[in-house]
Amino acid sequence: MRYIDEFRRPESVERLLALIRNRSRTPVRLMEFCGGHTHAVFRFGLRQLLPETVSLLAGPGCPVCVTSPTDLDRAIAMSRIKGVTLATFGDMLRVPGSDGTLQEAKAEGADVRIVYSTLDALGIARANADREVVFLGVGFETTAPSVAAAILTAQQEGLKNFSILSLHKLTPPAMRAILDAGEVRLSGILGPGHVTTIIGADAWRFLARDYGISCAVAGFEPIDILLAVRALVENIEKQSPEVVNAYMRSVRPGGNPQAQSYVDRVFHVAATEWRGLGSVPMSGLFLRDAFAGFDATLRFPVHIEPGKEPPGCLCGEVLRGRVEPTDCPLFCDLCSPEHPIGPCMVSSEGACAAHMLYGEA
Amino acid sequence: MCLAVPTRIVRIEGEEADAEIGGVLRRISLAFAREARVGDYVLIHAGFAISLLDEDSAQESLSLLEEVGVHTRSGEGAGP
Repeated sequence: MRYIDEFRRPESVERLLALIRNRSRTPVRLMEFCGGHTHAVFRFGLRQLLPETVSLLAGPGCPVCVTSPTDLDRAIAMSRIKGVTLATFGDMLRVPGSDGTLQEAKAEGADVRIVYSTLDALGIARANADREVVFLGVGFETTAPSVAAAILTAQQEGLKNFSILSLHKLTPPAMRAILDAGEVRLSGILGPGHVTTIIGADAWRFLARDYGISCAVAGFEPIDILLAVRALVENIEKQSPEVVNAYMRSVRPGGNPQAQSYVDRVFHVAATEWRGLGSVPMSGLFLRDAFAGFDATLRFPVHIEPGKEPPGCLCGEVLRGRVEPTDCPLFCDLCSPEHPIGPCMVSSEGACAAHMLYGEA
Repeated sequence: MCLAVPTRIVRIEGEEADAEIGGVLRRISLAFAREARVGDYVLIHAGFAISLLDEDSAQESLSLLEEVGVHTRSGEGAGP
């Protein structure tokens, strides 16, 4: 078992598709929360393979995309402070703020570095005692534990030149916000597999309990996604909403308690701003007072006007599932992966990028 | 960003490990998967193991495809 090829076998894909075709009667609209799922769905051509009764819709699960323009502007302003080295994940560099990108700031002399892990950012801080290393922390529950671990390590080592701009967000409140808004009618949710590896499948129970819709937690190979779709179709046909774990090799009911304890020690939860969703209660992770010394917003205060969305960009609507990327007037002609205007075209998890890369453009 | 890949642990040193991804070794943290042992597969996200992959559960997911009574061609399904 190597955990990849086994979940891509064409015969098994065929079989699952046949099962779904045979069972599906009621037309269903399923939202894949996670941008990783959107890309897998396009990459493996699953939209075309599924019967007409099953439609898939991209959701807000792209951390880069949901970062608000104001937060981006703050990060860009911080990167321009003398002596600051801003480290972040690659996707963030080309995301447009109100006026420019981190990449442009870098071209103009800001020290912006791409890292693969928070551990790399710690390494930069250790090796450059004369620099103030700010890690721009974006990501959902999957990523937040690694940032918490980095802060605890920095504290233990007495590393004084390391801090975090935490833009970390929690996914269940965003799902609630979309359902509460009532703009899109959804029959089921494809639960994010790696977020749920951390928070546990039980964290999605509210979907069945409070909203009467099913959730199937899915992995990222074609068979994983189809197993989840099949479970959703089955529950919808039976009219018995529940949470199904279709990614059992990684996801447990209670998630990963070790990772959760790191997050609980370092962060507290409060409202935060999402692109497309506005302010969502109890959806942001912020450093606890005990870690104020590592909080970049306190150490490098910058004055920021409320950010502006790129004119004409429908990313906000795409993130809420209100429109498909191809409905955006900028799509393809004016906004493309080479010249992105909105974040959904920049990020490797963005829905617009998936449409451009794998067809339907 | 929530991308995570399965990798096999080849060496453990304290809370860190070397894991093999496509023939390349990468240093990872086991802070969230302290129970991992050499030879185990873990999912790696941003340099951290976020879960220990459970082979029995993986087999169970795949065997669901057999159980639901879909015809299986002979010689199939016995892969590595």
